[in-house]
Amino acid sequence: MRALTKYISNFGKYRFLLKELVRKNVKLQYRNSVLGIVWTLLQPLLTMVIISVIFSGVFGKDSSKVVNYSVYILIGRLLHTFFVSATKKGMTSIRGNASIIKKVYVPKYIYPLSGVLSNFITFAISLIDLVVVVAFFNIIDKDPVPLTWRAIGFVIPVIILMFICMGVSLILATLDAYFRDIEYLYDVFTLLLFYVTPIMYTVDKLNIKSEFVLSVLRMNPVYGIIENARAFLLFGNDLAAHFDWNLLIYDIVFAVVINVVGFAVFYRHQDDFILHI
Amino acid sequence: MPGNVVVDVRNVGIRFNMSKEKVDNIKEYFIRLVTRKLKYTEFWALRNVSFRVERGDRVGILGFNGAGKSTLLKLIAGVMKPTEGSIRINGNIAPLIELGAGFDKDYTGGENIYLYSATLGLSREYIDTKYQEIVDFSELGHFIDVPLKNYSSGMKARLAFSIATAVNPEILILDEVLSVGDAKFRAKSEKKIQSLMKNGVTVLFVSHNTTQVRNICNKCILLKNGTLYAKGDTEEICAMYDELTKK
Repeated sequence: MRALTKYISNFGKYRFLLKELVRKNVKLQYRNSVLGIVWTLLQPLLTMVIISVIFSGVFGKDSSKVVNYSVYILIGRLLHTFFVSATKKGMTSIRGNASIIKKVYVPKYIYPLSGVLSNFITFAISLIDLVVVVAFFNIIDKDPVPLTWRAIGFVIPVIILMFICMGVSLILATLDAYFRDIEYLYDVFTLLLFYVTPIMYTVDKLNIKSEFVLSVLRMNPVYGIIENARAFLLFGNDLAAHFDWNLLIYDIVFAVVINVVGFAVFYRHQDDFILHI
Repeated sequence: MPGNVVVDVRNVGIRFNMSKEKVDNIKEYFIRLVTRKLKYTEFWALRNVSFRVERGDRVGILGFNGAGKSTLLKLIAGVMKPTEGSIRINGNIAPLIELGAGFDKDYTGGENIYLYSATLGLSREYIDTKYQEIVDFSELGHFIDVPLKNYSSGMKARLAFSIATAVNPEILILDEVLSVGDAKFRAKSEKKIQSLMKNGVTVLFVSHNTTQVRNICNKCILLKNGTLYAKGDTEEICAMYDELTKK
């Protein structure tokens, strides 16, 4: 109990550092590029346009499943990008701040945490895209998205995803402190993750017969996050039919477990980092 | 801990596992694990070191390269944990080990003041009140709004020194930092440290320069091969160190 109060008061002391680091990450991301913030907005839009032009013939036809294929892609792509960039930033945060960690005492978990939080802010900014695209289709009245007040529920899967990112980042940051090549392996992993997550396709269009393969696909936590986020945004008028409680509960359990494991692993090894980075 | 003791080092030892070649990737690790070449040699960087520092003491830490001076400072600063023994600290520490380690090169000087202070665990309100003092002392003028990558190394050191000493630390760790900047700033920084000392700050000072140590310190410890070789009066220990140097 005393250890816990000490822990919390220590966090209070370094709260300002967390804020400063998040501010720094977000600020510097844009300072050195001419287009600045426009990049964050342009990138998902471009992929959305390309994918929807090429694949709409295959996956975009069944509008009862996707409502609006462009918006369908954009939701998946924004959430996937958030997961990838947040965990990558978290992973490299210990090694990247080695010069400080070696010289000054700081609670080390602040670094992966700030990596995830700063990417959360970038993600929040990129949601402007979603607003613009939905408004665009609703105004030209082509495959309009029937928004209801239930769209607010979108934040539920997003918050769960943020916690998943934290747990994953803690584990990856620990591994990265010992093994550099985890960064390359993770690049491969995230590329594969893009294909096993229903970002540009709908699962039933794939005609997967094997129950086993389907359940493996569903074990990917990002799968449930994206599916439920879409249920809130695209199917607000028929939420019950599209929202999946099992996936939501699975994601919550996954988030809790990964954070417990993440903190345990990180906590156990953090005094050792300095000898390896 | 008795009221006056601010640093209490008891039987401290730290062990490193040194592999002959550094394994820092998974591939290499598994190859060595399978071929059973994953051997480490144990190495004690410090062993059985005990001493106490009282409030207002200025302790010089002497020793040759590899004697464990920097490791000892890192242990006291809380950056590393000892393998055995314990270290207790009473008061806030400003480590001036390698100035400016917490700087970001793309940030301006002003932004770095906030970032570096936050790294030292200070609050925003506190830095707001100290900001102007730091800028003035560093003599950076309009360079304070320029990204740090355009600074000279002397300018960086000046900024870091200004921040670390503006925060009124209770314990100051100096690792051969008094050699930063030009002669003018060096004189100014020595004066600043003298004035901090008058206010009762506790100093831990690492240097090879016994003249500087004699100027600043009232007590000294001498490390040799990771053990405490001697501790006592500055004059006595400095003489011993000078004697060892001649050999």
